[in-house]
Amino acid sequence: MLEVQLPGLDLKNPVMPASGCFAFGAEYSNLYDLEVLGAVTIKAATLVPRFGNPTPRVAETPGGMLNAIGLQNPGVNEIIRKELPRFEDIKVPVIANIAGSEMDDYVLTAEKMSKQSVVNALELNISCPNVKHGGIAFGTVPEVAAELTAKVKAVSEKPVYVKLSPNVTDIVAMAKAVEEAGADGLSMINTLLGMRIDLRTQKPVLSNLTGGLSGPAIKPVAIRMIYEVSKKVSIPIIGMGGIQNADDVIEFFLAGASAVAVGTANFVDPFVCPKIIKELPEKLNAMGVSDINELVGRSWKK
Amino acid sequence: MMQENMRVLAHEEIADSVYELKLEGELVQAITEPGQFVHIRVAGRTQTIAPLLRRPISISSADSSTNTITLIYRSGGLGTGLLSETKIGEKVDVLGPLGHGFPVDATPSGGKALMIGGGVGVPPLYGLSQALIARGVQVTHVLGFRSAKDVFYQTEFNKMGQTIVMTEDGTSGKQGRVTDVLDSVDFDVAYACGPIPMLRALEQAITEKPLFVSLEQRMGCGIGACMACVTHTTDPNDAKGYRRVCCDGPVFKAREVELC
Repeated sequence: MLEVQLPGLDLKNPVMPASGCFAFGAEYSNLYDLEVLGAVTIKAATLVPRFGNPTPRVAETPGGMLNAIGLQNPGVNEIIRKELPRFEDIKVPVIANIAGSEMDDYVLTAEKMSKQSVVNALELNISCPNVKHGGIAFGTVPEVAAELTAKVKAVSEKPVYVKLSPNVTDIVAMAKAVEEAGADGLSMINTLLGMRIDLRTQKPVLSNLTGGLSGPAIKPVAIRMIYEVSKKVSIPIIGMGGIQNADDVIEFFLAGASAVAVGTANFVDPFVCPKIIKELPEKLNAMGVSDINELVGRSWKK
Repeated sequence: MMQENMRVLAHEEIADSVYELKLEGELVQAITEPGQFVHIRVAGRTQTIAPLLRRPISISSADSSTNTITLIYRSGGLGTGLLSETKIGEKVDVLGPLGHGFPVDATPSGGKALMIGGGVGVPPLYGLSQALIARGVQVTHVLGFRSAKDVFYQTEFNKMGQTIVMTEDGTSGKQGRVTDVLDSVDFDVAYACGPIPMLRALEQAITEKPLFVSLEQRMGCGIGACMACVTHTTDPNDAKGYRRVCCDGPVFKAREVELC
């Protein structure tokens, strides 16, 4: 009923934590058995370690939050050495998120990561709004995104999902560009660029000034973009952006997603992913749906 | 660590916009040391999505025999404002206990401990003082507040040991800052919780004896996954170079991390 097959990913259910919201799984593995998850998307890896931005790094907004962590991570080598062995004994597919500031960083990081046996797929982060160089720059120009996708595809031993930024005027053009460059799938959407200003100090709350908006506030944007893109591409979409419960998951499937990732909701309720997975069959039964794959794109399919 | 809907046993304003909240539930059994905190989801009665994130609030004291914890917080923003409206008998969504608290055993039995608190940094020192007394430590408290209307728990701290209250405007206790009276106190180990400028001043004033400081920081998850609450280590050769306030702290050795 919940099984989903995607390139490189044999999922027992379509629900996974989103990159950056789950670190490398250690903290949540103290709370529940990670094997209940469809997959785990680990925090972005860069070629060299990054401390990230100064604090404050988060600010709450109505129905959401801004974050400007700045891709803090210990670097790809350390992640391979210290974090990935955890998954040798956990039967859950792992999607490794890759970020960089130069084309070569991405390629080297992707090459290393894709060689790891516990990694089932790569998620190419061309859409982080919180780093000075790279990240979002690769995610806003279709030609640049396509070039990067092709280069990473050329070295990767595993399927590559490209994580798209919503901070563009034509999301379909971005999606088609990376599909033509060889992407095996899409992840969408990353966070929306935003800002909050403190009335007392009269300055931006975040030390990075701007941050990425996530949470239920951005769900309609994600739904709209997945609806538009899924009609125009033939590769699967992992949908994300404000998912809080099983109803939201179904809405993403109806829009055109073939799997979903849960981000900010993990901070509100650390048990949210297992809860959603448990809720889903009842919801599908109530709809008379025996296989969740039937729902993909139903909002636009004739 | 667990998530539980804890029952409100008591809830009252004990100083200007400062509330004392007593909660009952099983997670009290998981508390290991004073200075740990809980992460509270305040969704109001309508389960709205604003506020969305949990609010970290330090545990003032805990009683495992009655499964109760006491929290003391200042009501100011959206989340704590809604929390202050919670009535006796209602349930509060609590995640905890979280973080590493004060090392009680850093002060030997028979030794002397000094606790220094500022404003809503005072509450966790109450449970700490109880725990220190239980192991035969002599305690002294220096509590700083802005003004008389902000003072709370003076009587409670007085019962446990010498307590010096300082106010910025002199409307209660002595006028001045907590650092003004440190020379008059004899102690082996100091513990502090309060605003960053106060902690900075203490790190400069107390260099010959052990000092432990509890930090406050904006948090996302509260369990170490989101990297929102990190701070640099002062040692540039530290293997990691940073600490997460939520799970590596909130209590650190003085000068272990940058105060920002």
